[in-house]
Formats: sequence, C-alpha cells, structure tokens
Amino acid sequence: MGSGMTDQPTTHIQLSSSVVAEAKRLRNTRYALLAPGILTIFCIGIMPLSIVLVYSFLEPGDFGGISWVLSFDAYVQLLFEEDIFDETLSFTTDYIQIFLRSVSLALFTTIACLLVGFPTAYFIATQPPARRNAWLFLITIPFWTNLLIRTYAMLLILRDQGVINLSLIEIGLIDSPIPMLYTDFAVCLGLVYAYLPFMVLPIFASLEKLDFRLVEASYDLYATRFKVLRRIIVPLAKPGIAAGCILVMIPSLGAFITPALLGGGKSLMLGNLIELQFGQARNWPFGSAIALVLMVLVMLSLISYLRFGAKKGTPAHG
Amino acid sequence: MSQQPATAAIDIRETSKIYGKDRASGVVALDDVSLVIEDNEFFTLLGPSGCGKTTLLRLIAGFEQPTHGEIVLFGEHLEGLPPYKRPVNTVFQHYALFPHMTVAENISFGLEMLDKPATEISSVVKEVLGLVQMDHLADRKTDQLSGGQQQRVALARALAPKPKVLLLDEPLSALDFKLRKEMQVELKRLQNETGITFIFVTHDQEEALTMSDRVAVMRDGLILQVGNPSEIYDRPARRFVADFIGDINILKGSIVSRDGSLATVQLEAGHQGEAGLPMNAGSLGQEVSVAIRPEQLSFVADAAKANLSGTIEHISYFGSGFDYAILMPSGEKVMLQIQNRGGENLAYQLGDQVHIAISDNSMQILTD
Ligand SMILES: Nc1ncnc2c1ncn2[C@@H]1O[C@H](COP(=O)(O)OP(=O)(O)OP(=O)(O)O)[C@@H](O)[C@H]1O
Ligand SMILES: [Mg+2]
Repeated sequence: MGSGMTDQPTTHIQLSSSVVAEAKRLRNTRYALLAPGILTIFCIGIMPLSIVLVYSFLEPGDFGGISWVLSFDAYVQLLFEEDIFDETLSFTTDYIQIFLRSVSLALFTTIACLLVGFPTAYFIATQPPARRNAWLFLITIPFWTNLLIRTYAMLLILRDQGVINLSLIEIGLIDSPIPMLYTDFAVCLGLVYAYLPFMVLPIFASLEKLDFRLVEASYDLYATRFKVLRRIIVPLAKPGIAAGCILVMIPSLGAFITPALLGGGKSLMLGNLIELQFGQARNWPFGSAIALVLMVLVMLSLISYLRFGAKKGTPAHG
Repeated sequence: MSQQPATAAIDIRETSKIYGKDRASGVVALDDVSLVIEDNEFFTLLGPSGCGKTTLLRLIAGFEQPTHGEIVLFGEHLEGLPPYKRPVNTVFQHYALFPHMTVAENISFGLEMLDKPATEISSVVKEVLGLVQMDHLADRKTDQLSGGQQQRVALARALAPKPKVLLLDEPLSALDFKLRKEMQVELKRLQNETGITFIFVTHDQEEALTMSDRVAVMRDGLILQVGNPSEIYDRPARRFVADFIGDINILKGSIVSRDGSLATVQLEAGHQGEAGLPMNAGSLGQEVSVAIRPEQLSFVADAAKANLSGTIEHISYFGSGFDYAILMPSGEKVMLQIQNRGGENLAYQLGDQVHIAISDNSMQILTD
C-alpha cells in the first residue's frame, strides 16, 4: 500500500487532476467487476424479499394472490382473532404457540444434530487423510436422493407397522406398537436426519484445521480427555459449531415437508403454516407476514449471537 | 547394570521403539537404548535429523509406548501411565501454544488441570512470567508474539507446574543467531535456578557443548557416546562422534604400543606420539584412524620442533580466525585453525611450505 503514496507529496499539485481521474477510472473498473455479484444479490436476494415485504402489507385477493389495497391485517392477524359476526378483535395465542413449537422443535433438532454431529465430525477429522474423503462421501450420499423420498422412507420406518415396531414385537419386547409417527419425536428425528450433514460438514472443516499437536500439548499439561475436549477442542472448533448450528437451526425453523409428513396434522410448524396461507387458505399477505416475522426473529437472534456470543467466545480461565 | 538408586531422574532400560509392524518392515527409531540421567542434570541429546531424539522424548513424555524395554522416573515405572499422569513437561519444537488463550492463560493451564487453588496459580504464573521476563505481555494473545517471545511462553508454560523433568525438543532452532545465544544463557540460568532436570534436544553441536552437563550423541536410533562436553569433544570414541562435533582431522596410523587408555601411534604422515585409546579398542600393529582437532595444530618456524609438514593449499577466513588446508607428502590433508590476530596471519600464504606442531594430548584414536 505504501508504494503509491510515498512519492506523491512532492508532485502533488501537478499530478492532482490526473490522480483524481485515475482514481475514478479505478472505481469504475471496480464496479464493473463487482456487477455480477451485485446483480445476483439483487435478483435472488433483495427483489424476492421486497415482493414478500410489499405483499405482507396488502389485502388477500379473492382466489389467492393479492389485491392492491394497503392493509396491516396480516400482522394484526398474527396476534388477534377477528370475530366473524361483529368483527371485534380478541387476543389469540394460536400462532404464538406455533411459533414456540417451531422454535423448540428447531432447538431440539439443533442440539440433537450437535450431539450426533460433533463426534461424527471428530471421528472423520482424526482419520488418515485418504480415508477422510470416503467418510465425507458417505455423509453426503443422502443428498443424492430427494428429501421427500427420504422422508417417506422415514415414515415407513416409524409407522405402527414399520420396521422398528414390527421387530420389537417380533422379539417380544412389546405387545402393541409404540406410536411414533405423527409425534414431535418423529418430526425431530426427521429434521435431524435431513440436516445432520449441515452440522457435520462445518464442524469437520474447523476440526480438520485444528492442530492436534495442541491436544498433545494439553495432555502433557495434565489435562484429561474430557478437559482437553472442553478447554481445547471445543473452543477451537467454535466457528464450525456456530456455523453448523445456524445452518441446522434456520432451515429447521422453516421446515415444511418433514413436519407435514411425519408430524401429521398435529405438529404444525411455521413452514406448514406459511404453505397453508399460500395454498388452501389463499391468504398471501398473511403468509408473507409470517415469513417476514420469522426472518426478522432469526436475524435478531443471529445479530445478538454475533454481538454477545462471539465476544464472550474466548473462554476465560476458571 | 543400570542398578542406579532412586537418585537417577530417568533410567531408560534397553528400550526400543519400532514404528510399524516389526523390525524388518517398520522403522527402528530407537534400538535397544540404555541411558541414566541424573537428578538436576542438564542433559543433551545430540544427533543428526532422524536419529530418534524426538522419539526418545516422546517415550519419556508418554506420547508413544516403547516396543521393548522400560523407563523409570525417580524410581517409578512409567509403563502404561498416560502423559497427563507423568510429572514431566515438554517444550515443543513448534511451541504448540494455545491460540485461543492469552499468555497468562497458557501458563496457568497446567496448574488449573492439576486443580491448584486460584491464589497459588496466580502467584506461580507471576513468578514464572518473571523468570522468563515476560511480565509485560501477560495479557497478549499468543499469536501476537514474536518467535522468541513465543518460545519463552512455551518454556514458562512447561515450567509452571514444576515438573520433575523438563523435556525440550529443539526449542531454539527457530530463533536467529543472537536470540539463540541469549536464550541459551537464559535456559542454563533457569535450569540452575529451578533445579529441574532438563533433557534438551538439539542437532547443533556447539549448543550442546556450551549448555550441557552431559551429552549423548545419537545416530540411527543408537546412543554412540555419553559424556561431558570435553570428553565428547576431546576424546570422541567413534569416528561419527568426532566428525559430528565440529571440524576434525582424521589421519591414518598404526598402534606401536598400548597402555590402558593410552597408545603410541605412528602416523603415516610421519609423526609418532601418544594418543587416547577408547575402551577395549585397538591391538598392536593395527591400522587405526587418529583424530586431531584443527585448533590443536599450530605453525612452527623451527623444522626441528615440527611434527608434520606440508604445503598450504587453501586458506579460508571466517571472521574470528583462519582455516588453512595443508597437503602433506603422505597425500593426506590436514586442517589447521588459528585465531585472527591481525598481521601474524599474513606470514603464511598459499603455496608456502610450512611446519606444524601438534599440541600434547590432542590425538585420539577412533573406532568406526
Ligand atoms: N509416527 C511415526 N511413524 C513412522 N516413523 C516415524 C514416526 N515418527 C518418527 N519416525 C521415524 O523414526 C525415526 C526417528 O524420528 P525422530 O522424530 O525421533 O527423529 P529426530 O532425531 O527427532 O529428528 P529431527 O532432528 O529431524 O527432529 C525417523 O526415521 C522417522 O522417520
Ligand atoms: Mg525431532
């Protein structure tokens, strides 16, 4: 950076105009080079989001779609129920409950993914390099099959006449099938199954970079296995753990196929609610409003994680 | 044989380490090594790359298990003890400082793992920081330190738990010449002040000689010679040891007579004189290699006082002195080294016919 600046003061006055022109030219080139990126962000990020934002402040059309009338009904509807006859509003927790159920299901999913994913990633990262790729390959294989198909497979496993129940009955452990399908457990299991690779891969990436000589050094300094894990490995794998949690948590919150198939009608999650609004209920503004509220909540929690979580991230001693 | 009482800090008994399946297909990193290191000793393992120095340290620290043999630490058998149960700490060649902790946190880590009370931890950390002169940087992250500073932190971290034995694996190899010299002095001082047994690894012979109480010279998984620096330098037993530790002239000769650890040799180059004889080596009349250090040779004007003579074939200057390569009538070449004392050196020029004297007690017979 110094080279261009050091010799300028002496020739400053004569050169100033050409320097300005040069800077301008540089800036233009930079924008030209950035154009594809900016265009992409605009087309697939900002534009659709703006449409959703605008729609959420309109009234629903009669047969789906929207009608161009400004209205805050969609947001009011989230918290209040309108009486069909006298149009008075009364407070309702219906949607809040769906919110809370979604958040807690997503949290459980994330925790379960972390508990399963971390040891998996650790195992892969400690394999000899040649074998690591094979393991990673195995982890990514399920991606080759459509999520819908995989979820149906899960359904076949969990249902009353499914593999688990039949074999348990066969060996005489139980007399009648344990109802597993259409429970929160089934939804969680389905979500863990669907999103586990998103936990394993980033944690693997940060564990792979981890210098295992540090682990040796901490053994040398009287740290037992558990303490090495807690004081050295986990703190150093933290970026991967955080990325994994975010990558699992966010799609779990908005998941739609899995709760629809494995949760039945009982375990409605936000994704299903949104889908319902754009489908049967034909209330696009309300669907848009739910989607936006969900997005804002996710954003707020991410920001607060980055502001407070990351700073505390360096573990103090004790 | 190794019936050392409990005072020995470390007693390594007929220990081998083979990486891989067996002797034939694997790598023999240590081959039946026996070694006793005394308490409070500054002991150095010296040898070329790949001779098994790190392997020996790793066996003592517990990162590897010996294939054969056993290691006893202050009377306690170490077999099966994991690294975190051995009162031994290591200063790693690559330092291995914890990047997510500050200097002080790095140093307190070992003490915390030993569940020491907080007050003790903070006072020990302070003390050790002072010992390595790093008090002012206690709250820095370790990746914001210079190489020398990181080295000190690594040292402080290993010293803080007050281990019985400190293992140092080439801790100075990453430092520049000047810093290296400083740290050598500092390490020696620390060893004196703490009274901890140091096992120091280096492949720098000068470093080994200046710092150690005793040195073990290794090659290919074997310990060739153990002794104090002057024994190693002045009385090398093996050709490899003589060669590895500094410059040396090796001349052909034969044994004329022998008496215990001394023999009279007749050099092919002409001189006959007394030479040190390694234990149970050499029989009368046997052809032997005789070693003489270049600084034990000097020019003499008087041909009558000369032991050898020849022509100066090459002169090289290295600042504090000169090396002269001299070709003798026997066809052998000797290297002669003298201090730089200004004009005196100008007396000897390329092509000059010169007479050389060998200092007393400076010849040593080598075995291969
Ligand atoms: N984990 C291992 N697996 C197989 N062979 C090994 C392993 N570690 C070391 N070796 C081999 O054992 C021999 C001794 O290695 P060691 O690391 O002890 O050498 P060193 O004396 O420390 O060398 P340097 O001065 O280069 O550090 C070498 O031939 C090395 O290739
Ligand atoms: Mg080594």
